[in-house]
Amino acid sequence: MLLWSKVYIDMSKSISLSILTQRFHQVLPEEAVLTNKEQLYPYESDGLTAYRQLPRLALLPDNHDQIKAIINICREFQLPIVARGAGTSLSGGALPHAEGVLLNLAKLNNIIEIDPNNRTARVEPGVTNLAISQAAKPYGLYYAPDPSSQIACTIGGNIAENAGGVHCLKYGLTVHNVLALKILTIDGEILELGGKYFDSPGYDLLALMTGSEGMLGITLEATVKLLPHPQQKKVLLAAFDNIEKAGNAVTGIISEGVIPAGLEMLDNLTIQATEQYCSPGYPPNAAAILICELDGFEEELNSQIILVKKILKDCQAIEVRLARDEQEAELLWMGRKAAFPALGNLTPDYYCIDGTIPRKYLAHVLENINGLSKKHGLRVANVFHAGDGNLHPVILYDANASGELETAEELGGEILELCIKVGGTITGEHGVGVEKLNQMCVQFNEAEITTFHAVKAAFDENALLNPGKAIPTLHRCAEFGAMHVHEGKLPHADLPRF
Amino acid sequence: MAENKEDIKAQVLEAYKNHRALQIQAGETKHFYGRNINGEPLSLLKHTGITEYEPSELFITSHSGTPLIEIEQAIEKHNQMLPFEPPYFGSTATVGGMVAAGLSGPRRASAGAVRDCILGVDIINGKGEYLHFGGKVMKNVAGYDVSRLMCGALGTLGVLMSITLRLAPMPPCEQTIAISLNPNDAIQKMNEWANTAMPISASFYDGNDLYVRLSGSLSTTQACIDIIGGECIDWSDIFWKNIREHAHDFFITDLPLWRISVPPNTPPLKLSGSYVMEWNGGLRWYATEDNAEYLRAEVESVDGHACVFRGNNTEQVFHPLSDVSMKIHRKLKHAFDPAGILNPGKMYAEF
Repeated sequence: MLLWSKVYIDMSKSISLSILTQRFHQVLPEEAVLTNKEQLYPYESDGLTAYRQLPRLALLPDNHDQIKAIINICREFQLPIVARGAGTSLSGGALPHAEGVLLNLAKLNNIIEIDPNNRTARVEPGVTNLAISQAAKPYGLYYAPDPSSQIACTIGGNIAENAGGVHCLKYGLTVHNVLALKILTIDGEILELGGKYFDSPGYDLLALMTGSEGMLGITLEATVKLLPHPQQKKVLLAAFDNIEKAGNAVTGIISEGVIPAGLEMLDNLTIQATEQYCSPGYPPNAAAILICELDGFEEELNSQIILVKKILKDCQAIEVRLARDEQEAELLWMGRKAAFPALGNLTPDYYCIDGTIPRKYLAHVLENINGLSKKHGLRVANVFHAGDGNLHPVILYDANASGELETAEELGGEILELCIKVGGTITGEHGVGVEKLNQMCVQFNEAEITTFHAVKAAFDENALLNPGKAIPTLHRCAEFGAMHVHEGKLPHADLPRF
Repeated sequence: MAENKEDIKAQVLEAYKNHRALQIQAGETKHFYGRNINGEPLSLLKHTGITEYEPSELFITSHSGTPLIEIEQAIEKHNQMLPFEPPYFGSTATVGGMVAAGLSGPRRASAGAVRDCILGVDIINGKGEYLHFGGKVMKNVAGYDVSRLMCGALGTLGVLMSITLRLAPMPPCEQTIAISLNPNDAIQKMNEWANTAMPISASFYDGNDLYVRLSGSLSTTQACIDIIGGECIDWSDIFWKNIREHAHDFFITDLPLWRISVPPNTPPLKLSGSYVMEWNGGLRWYATEDNAEYLRAEVESVDGHACVFRGNNTEQVFHPLSDVSMKIHRKLKHAFDPAGILNPGKMYAEF
């Protein structure tokens, strides 16, 4: 089946661009069909710029009928389709396919309905994450998942990647906040999933669709859950003279039954970088700081603040600071939010990793990352969602220095394998995309990867939707070599190795 | 009786080779849920044991035949809970049955469903292969979300073997208040309060009184009671346990019991018989003799769906799927269970 799709895709090469353009012009206005290089360059990569590829053509539909017509043409010619919103993916999930169509859904950006009585928003896929919260604000409601790119990233992309953010510890990821989806299948049919209710008949296809990296269907509409704004928020900063103590404080807070809205850690390199960049006033000599946001009903919050302060002091924090007002709270968050551009000032290029580990291994893994950093001779900064164990080691490198990109990738791969070793995962919120295909071979065995391909085939038999992303071929795993050894048996024994 | 992983694998493999249907079971507390099926019993009752539990990590991993009571007792010691407040429907309920049925209790509207708390599963697919999906960490987007797909699949996609669940801290205090309201006002009030930051963790309306549970510190629950009004009831824990376990008077009936999901703020439905509501109005239980076709049409007219929960002498237990959805369901079933041996027909007659 997979071989057949390859043959089909090869056949698609033989159809001339002019015939394709002509066909798409029959269903789209002229300006919505982009074919020349200058027009296609903006689409050559997403947020992971190390990977670049021009699509054969890019299409900008603005309604469902046009998208349906596009899908039908792509199916007829067996053209690969890569759907894209704002292109903020950090894993190459929206990287174009050389033989295929880049389907830009950004024009579908209507907020169809805010239903304050049922606390839902029904939106088109090109609506930005932040726009949903802005539209819900007059009703005292908001959309909880808040990836750092929320000003730009679209809900369609959030669903494709199961995006997270700084508040997932308490409010969950995208999968916990999507109630319904209208999906266009590769067969050109509409699949309606979920509703404004709490559960749906049949299999949990909503969960399957969320985080499927655009490989199972095209999202035409989404209904998401809205939450009332918490009555109050408090932000604390705690500084530590070593990372282990900071890690213990994270575990300590959760063990005591407190679920902060956000619990973030910054290491010294990041603290220095943010001080230079925007002076948030972090203690410059701390080995690590924690930023802890608590929210809720006023009475609840007051008792939690007392408890968290005590835990932080018991864990030997050298400084604990409670923001006295909103301005101070914003200042504490400012450094965290500016961490990536701040690190960007220290280095020509950086590479952000996304492994997640059980919290108790924070200190152990950070120490090992430090070792790997020294071994490869590249600096690694750590700024991450400590509360849910979601690491974001940032490898600083210079793409123009010979071999540094390769070294950075190698170092990143080793960090991810370390995450798997302690019982974690290679990606907490950024997705696999094209970036972590090799590490998928380490996390999953042959039968598991075969299952993923079977799930894909149940929706998209000829693998036209975002082909080559998220799930590696067994052949690739055999070539990669560092495979999942299951019960002592080497998998893919029948496949050639080079 | 199959006891360990290898025995269970062998039984599934044997059934796969011989194209013989299996009926997966354990505590037999939820066997009434779904369609009646036949098949050779595959028991997981002896596949028990908590394999990993660390309170600071907020997760627990256990074999699927582990009694639910054992899990709740283990985590209670550390002031933790399964946030979705699962119904047992009998003391022998197991964690595997809980996930396969995918049913959540009173806290669902505020704290999420079973599926929201699934972090990882081990399954045996219909070919007798032992597979692992997900993990122990809350954020995990590597590969398709097969773990959550298993939740509520009634064992039709795989034999659940091991399950990792996310836990939540127990609230320090819970209090329940009762207020006399008519149905329209009850629906309006529940949703009005759900739009505030008050920590309401359960709601139940019996036709006369609306019961609302508040969870948090004592000062918090007290402050909310002052806002909402009404009378505090005694034995709050037992009251909600009775709702969860269908031990409340309403559920003791000879009539077919329908479980109806609608948008919470939907006005009272035009159905005969008696009913109660939970989840801010999003879940409505009806004891009614209305015929299925009429009932489902009425529920569809308000964008909901309905399932015959008990008294299922019917062919169609769950709400009918669209043709497109059914096509994908059948293909997915085939992907996991090509010979169609795992609880075939338990959910829909078609697979």
